[in-house]
Amino acid sequence: MSFAKINDDILRTLRPPGTLYYAGLMLAFVAAAIGLLAFLHQAKTGLGVAGYEHPMLWGVYITNFVFWVGIAHSGTLISAVLFLFRAKWRTAVARAAEAMTVFAIATAGIFPIIHIGRPWFFYWLIPYPNERGLWVNFRSPLIWDLFAITTYLTVSVMFLYLGLMPDIAAARDKIGDWRRHVYRVLSLGWLGTDRQWRHYTALYGFFAALATPLVVSVHSVVSWDFAMSILPGWHSTIFAPYFVAGAIFSGIAMVITLLMPLRRMFGLESYITVHHFENLAKLMLTTSLIVGYAYLTEFFIAWYSGNPFEQGTFFDRMFGQYWGYSWIMFTCNVLVPLLLFSKEIRTNLKALFVISILVNIGMWLERYVIIVTSLSHDFDPANWSGIYQPTWVEMSITLGAFGLFFALFLLFVKNFPALSITEMKETMERSAEADPPSAWPEPV
Amino acid sequence: MTDRVELLGIYDRAKKAAVCARAILDERLGAVVAYSPVPNHEINQALHVAISPVRLFVLVGGVLGCAAGFIFPIYTVLDWPLITGGKPLISIPPFVVIAFELMILLAAIGGMAGFLLLARLPRVTGPPVDTRFTSDMTGISVTCAPEQAAAVRACFERTGASEIRE
Repeated sequence: MSFAKINDDILRTLRPPGTLYYAGLMLAFVAAAIGLLAFLHQAKTGLGVAGYEHPMLWGVYITNFVFWVGIAHSGTLISAVLFLFRAKWRTAVARAAEAMTVFAIATAGIFPIIHIGRPWFFYWLIPYPNERGLWVNFRSPLIWDLFAITTYLTVSVMFLYLGLMPDIAAARDKIGDWRRHVYRVLSLGWLGTDRQWRHYTALYGFFAALATPLVVSVHSVVSWDFAMSILPGWHSTIFAPYFVAGAIFSGIAMVITLLMPLRRMFGLESYITVHHFENLAKLMLTTSLIVGYAYLTEFFIAWYSGNPFEQGTFFDRMFGQYWGYSWIMFTCNVLVPLLLFSKEIRTNLKALFVISILVNIGMWLERYVIIVTSLSHDFDPANWSGIYQPTWVEMSITLGAFGLFFALFLLFVKNFPALSITEMKETMERSAEADPPSAWPEPV
Repeated sequence: MTDRVELLGIYDRAKKAAVCARAILDERLGAVVAYSPVPNHEINQALHVAISPVRLFVLVGGVLGCAAGFIFPIYTVLDWPLITGGKPLISIPPFVVIAFELMILLAAIGGMAGFLLLARLPRVTGPPVDTRFTSDMTGISVTCAPEQAAAVRACFERTGASEIRE
């Protein structure tokens, strides 16, 4: 292994793709187009097509928002937190996870706009002096969300771009087609001088240090959208750590789901190895245990509080109208990941792929269960009989979001290095085999 | 400057380049710029690279963001007094969230701006010095007086440069 080979191997992923790639991209575009059509239908017809009915005024759209924000969290965990802990194995998976973060947060950001019903007024959320003479309420968690999500998206994009800059320069110097003009602009004229590296490494460390508390704050703020209300099942002090753990859990599952086909498609088996997947599986298991503990704590607190509304909500969650969703959620998020205690399963990529998909399903359902069961079982028993069913419009927009996310990711990995060339080289340089002391020149 | 010449030594190993850079500086032959595909500790040591001042940009951005995160909501609630939930107009705890987020945001933006400024980016003029510097080779560029050129060239040769350009 040499620097040149790493360069060539990773930049080889930018060559014209095969049929499998185009088939995947086509599917993603079709799904995104279905979502777009459904959204246009809703914008033209009104939010009534979304199946909202009092008291169910949050549904699949907010489920999707929370789910996608959660998916975004593993990228920062892998690129920032593991960087600060000097976990070298992150190198092979960090770029894909960072890109995933940016696309997931962008996908998430669309949903509040879809949810408000009149998307052309979305800018009313932004606090600025306006002709209405009104300011937004800064005590509302929904406004905190605006600050948190905007900050997270901006910082994630800058973090991704900073890491990409030397790699884009490598692509600029290697790729001969029309894209080299784009790379020339995006690399900002990067030369790799000692001056540039000096400031680059300093800033990269600061970004990691800034992104770590940011990632904790973002999903805490999202959880306060729920916990700041007094609704049974939502009004809980454990929501912030519970949501952060769940976000990282779902994000790692999505990283595994994306990386498996990626390494196969681009022949990156020697870079993204079973060892990396096993480490991701360990992280997934750890966060699954935290999430499972949080589920049990919620039930314990409902029982121990003696609050009949709280108890009623949690009983209804497991045995009421939505019991099926709750049990699938519990199975996928708590029971299935227990299999990862076995090293054989952690290192069996097919099994791990299936588990990661089940966790994705389980975590989407977790958000759905939290939103729907609490809203449908509020303080007014007259509301308890109705059942919320997502309409075709909501399901199409949900499908469209998945299509948009996968399309953006596929376009990214074909046009930018899917692995960090710089970090792979740094990791190699540190190994004694790559540069044994015997090969060093004599001091002059 | 017309009375200066620039020589470039290209190395297949960063360690050789670091040895060369140290020798050039020790012998005061000229100003050195190193090009490498990855940040290199030996080269930094040879060039006596100081801690990056990018941290000051991060600090200033963070302080400004934090201040803005308190001043902006406080100004707005005083501009349009709207009592909600029986809470005081200036409720510091909810504003902490906004101040925290803006602190991170402006610290990151400040850091990025500082990086671009200090690293002299974007650089719009000229092609790359050598396309191999983003792949596998390390370069040492020396700007020196014409009478020092021979000594610089000798240093490149002595330290095992695989190619020397003027």
